[in-house]
Amino acid sequence: MSNEARTQAEDPYLALQTTSEFQELRRKFRGFVFPMTAFFLAWYFLYVLLSIFAPGFMGTKVAGNITIGLLFGLGQFVTTFAITIIYSRWATREFDPAADALGARLDADKGH
Amino acid sequence: MALTLPMADAATTVGSPALNIGIFAAFVVVTLVIVIRVAAGKKTAEQYYTAAGAFNGRQNGIAIAGDYLSAASFLGIAGAIALQGYDGFLYSIGFLVAWLVALLLVAELLRNTGRFTMADVLSYRLKQRPVRIATAISVIAVSFFYLLAQMAGAGGLVSLLLGISGELAQDLVIAIVGIIMIAYVLIGGMKGTTWVQIIKALLLIAGTFVITVWVLGKYSFNISSLFQAAADNSPKAGEKLFEPGLKYGKNLTTKIDFISLSMALVLGTAGLPHVLQRFYTVPTSKQARKSVEWAIWLIGGFYLLTLVVGYGAAALVGPTAINAAPGKANAAAPLLAYELGGSVLLGIISGVAFATILAVVAGLTITTSATFAHDLYKEVFKRGSGSQEQEVRVARIAAIVIGIVAIVGGIFAKSQNIAFLVALAFAVAASANLPTILYSLFWKGFNTRGALFSIYGGLISAIGLIIFSPVVSGKPPLEPGGPSQSMIQNTAIDFHWFPLDNPGLVSIPLAFFLGWLGSVTSKEHNAAKYAEMEVRSLTGHGVGEAIDH
Repeated sequence: MSNEARTQAEDPYLALQTTSEFQELRRKFRGFVFPMTAFFLAWYFLYVLLSIFAPGFMGTKVAGNITIGLLFGLGQFVTTFAITIIYSRWATREFDPAADALGARLDADKGH
Repeated sequence: MALTLPMADAATTVGSPALNIGIFAAFVVVTLVIVIRVAAGKKTAEQYYTAAGAFNGRQNGIAIAGDYLSAASFLGIAGAIALQGYDGFLYSIGFLVAWLVALLLVAELLRNTGRFTMADVLSYRLKQRPVRIATAISVIAVSFFYLLAQMAGAGGLVSLLLGISGELAQDLVIAIVGIIMIAYVLIGGMKGTTWVQIIKALLLIAGTFVITVWVLGKYSFNISSLFQAAADNSPKAGEKLFEPGLKYGKNLTTKIDFISLSMALVLGTAGLPHVLQRFYTVPTSKQARKSVEWAIWLIGGFYLLTLVVGYGAAALVGPTAINAAPGKANAAAPLLAYELGGSVLLGIISGVAFATILAVVAGLTITTSATFAHDLYKEVFKRGSGSQEQEVRVARIAAIVIGIVAIVGGIFAKSQNIAFLVALAFAVAASANLPTILYSLFWKGFNTRGALFSIYGGLISAIGLIIFSPVVSGKPPLEPGGPSQSMIQNTAIDFHWFPLDNPGLVSIPLAFFLGWLGSVTSKEHNAAKYAEMEVRSLTGHGVGEAIDH
């Protein structure tokens, strides 16, 4: 990556980083991805721990040979697909416009 | 199905070796022609490493699926489900959920701040040389284990599918696979490799889909009766196939070992260098996001299919025949194909399995050669100077060397357990790479000492714990007087003291802790570089420069 030392007295990146709009963008991004990550990791490890320490419960048959454990496992697929859809919609609607606007402002400030 | 051989001969080979070889050869010829047409010629470093970001999110997502659904996923998981039922299914869930880490935390920010290699991102705001050297060592270690696993898988497949059982002949086939892979990489660079992965992914998913529908059709599309048939045909496991515990439920150590493995699987994917490299083949972070979305749908869909394939193999082939075949669990999916569609379907599945190994190995080779040429040669050895031509030449030489190492390693590792090697690669990636990636993307206070502590600490602890674990020495033999189930089969040699097979439970938290410890004990902080990296990572500013360059 660009290793050259920046010589401008005013660094556009430093300037943008301190603006309230950028702080808001960062807050928005982390406010979405951090809780979502915490959720899916907790849900995944709950599944792992139940499979390991409660095999009897997970082996309980619900209908035919379909067990609670199998439904739990399929539930992991469902949540993974759902989080993918939710994140993608959120990013397109909420995050991208704000991020693009700030990126464009940086270009304008630089006189591109 | 005139070519059908009786299953009684299955101990050495099934189906028609000539047909299997023919289908594989056809795949090689077709893909080589495509690689030459789309990607032959002189290349800039950008084109060689990342196809200059010329792919779109959908194409890259399919290629990621092709890269990720390795022989271990395809043959290994289907086999594990056939023999261990539910516990095999647990693997695929870890491999899938792991993609959310890549989607939410890594893919887009990495695309926005890197250009050629993983080290671009890790060294962005830190001291270039030490961080690049550390990252390169870790990239090479992870890729080497992953590469060995794939080549070892090739050796096992050969004896099953091509009817070749002689040592020398098997080695020769491994060498041929290695040479074809080197040809893809040298001729096509990342662009050619990507197309091979796309074609392979589509063939693999289509083939698995056909088997799934075929199996379900035999049971009137009733999953519950398929499960019943699987249990009926598994005298030892029976209905235990439906509940957890067959493999990991034995005692507290195996249970904790499974937690350790689960942790390595879910946190390892987003630290695999050849997976991360794929995000540079698209132009923007939005396309990187789209890539992961496609990858999640395809990989998730595929694992749902393997559930049916695995139970189908238990029901229609049965554990006795699977365990008797060369390659054991890895043979479950090919044997099922043979049972359903005879030699023709087996030939197609075998061709696809070889294509899988080729495509994954090619992706690993590109990534590792980029690390040699860009991080070690250009940035560290030449200190950032040196021409593009030189850099690409070094990358090509590195690809040949890696190919030769893969061939030799594959010949030596062909009796090793594939799943163990892959789990090792995931554990090392989750320990040595992921903490540093997350810290450099999200933590202001992270610095060079933190990165070095975390990378070396994660790498050394993960590999060290493996060396002193039961996978290397000291596992009891399967039957009294037999060879040990460890890598070292001599039961007299036992130097293990770490009780778990997988080191993740210790080495991953340790690497996160060391990253924190190193950072808070060093005052280094480059505010301007941090601002540049953070602003770029979130806004995507400057990502176009990397493409036009």
